[in-house]
Amino acid sequence: MDFLPYNTRVVLLGVTLLGACAGVIGCFAVLRRRALVGDALSHSTLPGVAAAFLLAGGKHFSLMLLGAFVSGLLAIGALALLRRWTRIKEDAGIAIVLSTFFGAGVVLASVIQQSQESGQSGWDAFIFGKSAGIVWDDVQLIAILVAVTLVIVALCYKEFLLITFDPEFAKVQGWPARQLDFALMLLLLVAVVVGLPAVGVLLMAAMLIIPAAAARLWTQRLAAMLFLSAGIGVLAGVVGTFLSDRASVPLGPSIIFVAAFLFAFSLLLAPRRGLIARWIARRRDREALLAHGGELPP
Amino acid sequence: MSEFHQAFWTIAVAAVCSVPCALLGCFLLLKRMSMLGDAIGHGVLPGIAVAFLLTGQITSVYILLGAMVFGLITAALAETLAATGVVTEDSSLGVVFTTLFALGVLLLSGLLRNVDLDINCVFMGLLVLVPNNTIDVLGFEIPQAFPTMLLALALTLVFLAVFWKELKIVAFDPALAQSMGFSPRLVNYLLIAIIAGTTVSAFEAVGLILVLAVLIVPAATAHLLTDRLGPMLAWAAFFAVSGSVLGYLLHNVGRYSLDVSGLIAVMLGVQFAVVLLLAPRHGLIAKWWRHLQLSVRIAQEDILARLYRAEESGERTYALPLSEHGVSPWLVWFAHRQLVRLGLLTGGPDGLPTLTESGRRLAQYVVRSHRLWESYAGAVLEIPPDHVHSAAALVEHYIGPELQDEIAQSLDQPPTDPHGKSIPPR
Repeated sequence: MDFLPYNTRVVLLGVTLLGACAGVIGCFAVLRRRALVGDALSHSTLPGVAAAFLLAGGKHFSLMLLGAFVSGLLAIGALALLRRWTRIKEDAGIAIVLSTFFGAGVVLASVIQQSQESGQSGWDAFIFGKSAGIVWDDVQLIAILVAVTLVIVALCYKEFLLITFDPEFAKVQGWPARQLDFALMLLLLVAVVVGLPAVGVLLMAAMLIIPAAAARLWTQRLAAMLFLSAGIGVLAGVVGTFLSDRASVPLGPSIIFVAAFLFAFSLLLAPRRGLIARWIARRRDREALLAHGGELPP
Repeated sequence: MSEFHQAFWTIAVAAVCSVPCALLGCFLLLKRMSMLGDAIGHGVLPGIAVAFLLTGQITSVYILLGAMVFGLITAALAETLAATGVVTEDSSLGVVFTTLFALGVLLLSGLLRNVDLDINCVFMGLLVLVPNNTIDVLGFEIPQAFPTMLLALALTLVFLAVFWKELKIVAFDPALAQSMGFSPRLVNYLLIAIIAGTTVSAFEAVGLILVLAVLIVPAATAHLLTDRLGPMLAWAAFFAVSGSVLGYLLHNVGRYSLDVSGLIAVMLGVQFAVVLLLAPRHGLIAKWWRHLQLSVRIAQEDILARLYRAEESGERTYALPLSEHGVSPWLVWFAHRQLVRLGLLTGGPDGLPTLTESGRRLAQYVVRSHRLWESYAGAVLEIPPDHVHSAAALVEHYIGPELQDEIAQSLDQPPTDPHGKSIPPR
């Protein structure tokens, strides 16, 4: 590891851990067709962060973390309310929550801008990520997050599997479906709140979606998908950090590109669900059909 | 420019940006593509970067063009990826827009290595400054964004007028559209193209966050008020304008001048919340009220039926202990009081409730429904007698007179239910 400077090693550790964690949590979101919930939750932390900044009168990290968490919880509540009690569909609910919360954050940001002459600069790094990259404090927080998340997912694996694939069946069988659903959302929120100050809103959204979507192409089994997705997240983090360091390009885009490359690779080459495999299978079927004298529709 | 002018033009620009977005957003909402606006908003960044690279100017028609091209690319890529069938719509949107946005950041950071570029400034249009950036039209000073957006509005209206029928069918029943011989995919692409064009031109004036808000929130608000497409579009346009006006009017608080775009987004959310509570059919309060009415009616019918059964076996009983079915005592108390008030129950000589003549008739009706259903379930559905009761206890509240007659007829007017109890006459 000596060939990398200390700062880069810290960043590497941070994105590796975060990549694994986001890869695991992202699987559940992607499978439930809520891939963009992570994006919405990331944006909806802004009013909480801004309010915490205003209340504390300055950058106070743990208070901002708390603010982000509280406004994320409100967003989860709003999403659940819309899903359960109204005719508003999931995708519209996500858009409504995202835009209203982020709008409120922008309004509070304009207050911050006008209320202090100095010291307000960089407060929004909390959600857009730091230019300086990840620091040791972030890594410690992320390590705790990863440990807690993995333990919870391992303990509740069977329950999470059930509500991810068949929530109705889970309800009928008497499982606390709503609480389990909330637990998954909470894990997502915690990952977002811890990850945001380290990597920013965009990389967070990408890390939750892309590795999980890529892993989905390779396997039909949840356990395999979780490991694969975590692996892809880690790989994207490591290679992305390395490239960013060597080519001196920004970290976030570099990681996203590697992840997107791995996704494109999977999309083409995955067995069964990959485009090439599907093309071959279709040709084979076609030839088999023609060989048996069947006629194809024009 | 005077204060009135400032207010007028800010609201006018906000409204003229919002209305076409809100109209088009109705279709996004119905087609469950609500997050497309967000994706396009992020996906345009490489287009802006490329245009900047080629022209070296931050404000130019080329920036708009580049953004539009990449808005279209974002939408088309996400559609194509979802059309493979191996990636869900939401995941494909997520993969495409994060990747394109990353590409944009990379290009811009390469271009502007020495400039402290705040990416966000691209996405938070400064609506307050819009009136200051004017052009001269026939001797009138008009904000630059105004004619552009007026054109977008006109194009949107023409598009909606020409393709109204097609859009309607594609939004509600794409399979029908396909079988009727016109391509839902073509209509879809046209819709997405015009959405990309409109939203991208609006970003510049009002910012990404307001465009995303105004695409979906007014449409969702309208969706709570009506089930018809025409009125839905009209309501969406109305809420877009009222949100813009409210946002501007409230933006001066004390010594602070709040961000107008953000405040309009919040006001759109507030309007949605208010309508969500108060809407006549789909509103939460109306739903709770209907639910409460139904619960009271069921509790009343249960009380009457209970007293009728007690009368049958020559017993006397209280109306109250229904809580075994999970009914709250408060509800039972209220239902009981209503029954007394309606003259269906009276207090008997021993203090226990007694059915009045009209109360007995209603009770008879409920019990008849119950026992007829038990007979039907036993005879036709072949459910064993010890299983028919609980289902009948639910169904009895929903059987109207016609259905009652039909069941009785189909069973040749059975005298008793499977438990041997007599079915009361009509």
